Amino acid sequence: MSAEAPGPVTTDSGLPVEAVYTAADVADDLEGRLGLPGEPPFTRGPYPSMYRGQPWTMRQFAGFGSPEETNARYRFLLERGQTALSVAFDLPTQLGYDSGAAQAHAEVGRVGVAIDTADDMADLFDGLDLGGVSVNFTINATAPIILATYLVAAERQGVGYERLAGTLQNDILKEFLARKTYIFPPEPSMRLSCDVIEFATEHLPRFNPISITGYHAREAGCDAVQELALTMASAIAYSDALLARGMDFDGFAPRLSFHFATTLDLFEEVAKLRAARRMWFRIATERFGAKDPRSGRLRFFSGNSGTTLTAQQPLNNIVRSTLQCLGAVLGGAQSIHVMGYDEAFEIPSEEAVTLSLRTQQIIALESGVARTVDPLAGSYFVERLTDDIESAAGATLAELEAAGGAVIAIERGVPQRWIAESAYRTEREIAQGVRPKVGVNVYVDDAGAEALTPERFHLDAGIVERQIARTAGRVAARDPRAHAEAIAALDAAVREGANVMPPLIDAARAVATVGEMSDVFRATFGEFREPNPW
Amino acid sequence: MRPPRIVLAKPGLDGHDRGIKVIAMALRDAGAEVIYLGLRRSVAEIVRAADDDDADVIGISVLSGAHLELAADLLRERDARGLAEVPVVLGGTIPTADAEALRALGVAAVYPVGADLFEVVQGVLAIAARTHEVA
Repeated sequence: MSAEAPGPVTTDSGLPVEAVYTAADVADDLEGRLGLPGEPPFTRGPYPSMYRGQPWTMRQFAGFGSPEETNARYRFLLERGQTALSVAFDLPTQLGYDSGAAQAHAEVGRVGVAIDTADDMADLFDGLDLGGVSVNFTINATAPIILATYLVAAERQGVGYERLAGTLQNDILKEFLARKTYIFPPEPSMRLSCDVIEFATEHLPRFNPISITGYHAREAGCDAVQELALTMASAIAYSDALLARGMDFDGFAPRLSFHFATTLDLFEEVAKLRAARRMWFRIATERFGAKDPRSGRLRFFSGNSGTTLTAQQPLNNIVRSTLQCLGAVLGGAQSIHVMGYDEAFEIPSEEAVTLSLRTQQIIALESGVARTVDPLAGSYFVERLTDDIESAAGATLAELEAAGGAVIAIERGVPQRWIAESAYRTEREIAQGVRPKVGVNVYVDDAGAEALTPERFHLDAGIVERQIARTAGRVAARDPRAHAEAIAALDAAVREGANVMPPLIDAARAVATVGEMSDVFRATFGEFREPNPW
Repeated sequence: MRPPRIVLAKPGLDGHDRGIKVIAMALRDAGAEVIYLGLRRSVAEIVRAADDDDADVIGISVLSGAHLELAADLLRERDARGLAEVPVVLGGTIPTADAEALRALGVAAVYPVGADLFEVVQGVLAIAARTHEVA
């Protein structure tokens, strides 16, 4: 450990922490800042009964190989009590390349499932009722295309659009910020995100067309205060863009959903999640003049942090994930993903994902923390921290606004620099031993490390060839005229500025591939390359 | 004598750039000249940059699991361009067995997730210094 003099005690984000809190630390009118659960300003939760009504949605992110392998993993998870699905796509699908494209080499089916056509999407959900299961899609640059293939898969099951429940990530701003699967420049990318939201507002009443996300910026290095500020700045940017189309705030705002990280500083994370609800309510009402209370009712998905997990002593990660899941529950999450303890090595094994699901089930059913709503309310410390994090994030949000708002700040690389510098600071502190990490810089124990290495996930090498061949077969069998007409109609919509969703659905029906549809966008929008951070 | 010159890049489609940016900043603070090429670079672009900039080391980062294929592609391209003396180092989500396979392929050093930041920096600088002496 460090020999330096101890500094002031702070949260992970640098907010001060006193030894003891009393009533004097909580500003007046606490009741006004809290309200009741399900009531403005929603600090205590978006719904009145929260987990007493129904537990959060247990949603383990999964996908690999071809649709068949992933379908089998979904059945495996549902059989073990998972309550919804969350699709991981491979990088070629996320970046608009078919499995057979040169750019897809070595990447097909690796970090998620490969989807080339609507037939693949139909295969992915084969035997799973899309009218009954809620599905989350982690997809962004190609979100409108993937949604189109999903809608066609639902049509084939005979499920009407109005029955579809789930969430499309569709938050392109955080791709530029942190996650980095952008294709097109920011402005046309924002247009595509908004096309999806506009379409869903009209046609998909049970579906969240965007998940506005601070999670990835956090994973890439920023702190909890910056995560909250960036998420709110993005929500403002999307709202402004939708209002500029002439849409009504109360028409789309109730369908906006959010996604935060929950990392290891338990009380700071809980405070952040409570503060997030209050911030969004204030922004929705004070800035956008929301009249429908649902417009300011923030609902979120919590992802546990992969960057807090370690390759050293990997079983320790089970404990870390349990604490993070607990933080998400105490913070009032609507759905939760718990990381596999083997995350630092590769795609989680079946053993690891089962354990992640069991972690959620034990917290839900055995720990008792879900028995009452917002159990930490009124804690001097938690309320003070909730106030502090809200005001710190408000100040950071004001900085972003002064820099021109989320889109312009991101184009200039401002928050990207915060993220990179903050990641560097954290890693230096770990290397110097200032920030303790059990098994890494304290309680290091090399003996038996091999014995603790989890069983490896294996991807069958033949999957890629079969996927490429299957897509080639489907392309060869399609009606070339219907396909050409659909692609031409999509191209016209892109050029004319019409909503791309209707022609994308037609193109997906005509067996256009993800790569072909992406190429139509590329031809008009061009591709984006990140400016050098230094 | 000029400072060690290191070309860093992410080949393939993987966007996880937290680690490589941290390494870039740490190498820079340790006195190296770092040329960071960014995301989704082809192996041809990476080797061309190493050639143009007279790099002492090429460092790549892969967290998508495609490390074996991408490293093999890069080494092949490097040798084809006559730069066999420029060592390649690699970081990322690398299982232990694959780290051995990468070294057998000809990767000079492998830094899996969890590698100590300062050990990575010292290791890369030591490799750069050896190349520089030979040149």
